[in-house]
Amino acid sequence: MSNNEIADKVKKIVVEHLGVEESKVTPNASFIDDLGADSLDTVELVMAFEEAFSVEIPEDTAEKIATVSDAIDYISKQKAS
Amino acid sequence: MSGAGTNRKRVVVTGMGAVSPLAVGAELTWKRLTEGHSGIGPITHFDPSELAARIGGQVPEGPTEEGGLTLSDWVIPKDQKKMDRFIHLGLAAAIQAVEDSGWKPENEEDRCATGVMIGSGIGGLQTIYENSLAVANGKARRLSPFFIPAALINLASGHLSIRYGFKGPNHAAVTACATGIHAIGDASRLIQHGDADVMVAGGTEAAICALGIAGFCSARALSTGFNDEPTKASRPWDKERDGFVMGEGAGVLVLEEYEHAKRRGAKIYGEIGGYGLSGDAHHITAPAAGHEGAYRAMTAALKDAQTDVSEIGYVNAHGTSTMADDLELAAVERRFGDHARHLAMSSTKSSIGHLLGAAGAIEAIFCLQALRDGVIPPTLNLDNPARETVIDRVAHEAQERKINVALSNSFGFGGTNASLILKRFAE
Repeated sequence: MSNNEIADKVKKIVVEHLGVEESKVTPNASFIDDLGADSLDTVELVMAFEEAFSVEIPEDTAEKIATVSDAIDYISKQKAS
Repeated sequence: MSGAGTNRKRVVVTGMGAVSPLAVGAELTWKRLTEGHSGIGPITHFDPSELAARIGGQVPEGPTEEGGLTLSDWVIPKDQKKMDRFIHLGLAAAIQAVEDSGWKPENEEDRCATGVMIGSGIGGLQTIYENSLAVANGKARRLSPFFIPAALINLASGHLSIRYGFKGPNHAAVTACATGIHAIGDASRLIQHGDADVMVAGGTEAAICALGIAGFCSARALSTGFNDEPTKASRPWDKERDGFVMGEGAGVLVLEEYEHAKRRGAKIYGEIGGYGLSGDAHHITAPAAGHEGAYRAMTAALKDAQTDVSEIGYVNAHGTSTMADDLELAAVERRFGDHARHLAMSSTKSSIGHLLGAAGAIEAIFCLQALRDGVIPPTLNLDNPARETVIDRVAHEAQERKINVALSNSFGFGGTNASLILKRFAE
């Protein structure tokens, strides 16, 4: 899976789970500050990433995934290794 | 009227909302109810073919303006999956009631004086079922973080409070099939006690799911003999009755302290006259001999309302279409004595089924509408009464009858009983 494909899939999951418009899901968008997520939404979001990409995201890492690009970068690294 | 000669605060109803097997909307539900329609049909929420009971009163899907349920008109799609269906239905009814009342607290004091009390008998059963399956399939670590708040009974109240910024008492009654009356009665007491000026109160239920139907089937509580003729299945007091029919939906009232309602020029549907509660201390599902718990609940409500039985014109019976119907009938006869012959009593469950924790709330709305319109809703399917009575049970067709006071009964598993008295409003 290319990095572009990962980015597209992450954006799609964010749009679906947070009910936001695709145009708002920019790389620097913060789930909580910009996309209206609460703490439970972010837990669910991380679970959705884990499911969609078949990766494990440990809890202390999950807490650091605050923006769209944080998610894309982490998942890309996992997939590359 | 209530309150005369005492210092007790008066509680009036200034908003109503309903979601029922007949319609989404209190007025359309009432119209279809009094026209003699039935909301009972085959269960489609899940495949019931393995079960003995395969019918229920499901809320019709469809455009909101035609009285159907279009969920996205009430709850935005992103939030829908964070709530069980019982919360969806409760919110739809509560939003109607709040909008109907015109009450919009604009400052902190008013927000803090407005509370919520939406109960449910069972809560998020389908959500619990789905998450149990996930655990059984080795996905315990993948449960949604919204599972618990989606299933908790008091989260109908919680979501309502958040939506409108109501910061007063945030409560939920849970007393099985007596929930609706307990919510309205207890919320009225909170107003009388000064804890709030306005309470949005009622009940909601969505237990037409595999666990709900299978569980009540095992308890031998549901009708099983009318799967091919669903509209005939709910037949309170009739010889052929063979159990209740499960319905889903919600009923919500806006209760308001009278002076508060008067100051803002609110329209008033009626007054909460009195409220009575009792316990059977007898059996988990069966009423006590002579339904003496029902008798005591009615007595307590009459005393609370400072009302003589002769003032009551209509009783909305618990009447679930089970053997217990005749016990309630006997208790009402005994309670009303000579006045029984002047009484109308119907069971609207014949039309919408048994909405469990929402039943008492939606039936309180029917009482208010009966008081307002001078129309008593019918008992459908009462072809051959198992027991004769001098009370007019309004068989088959609605009846015009001017009444000033109505009483509604609800009884729940665990031997819990509640009666609510509603009055035509007079200054």
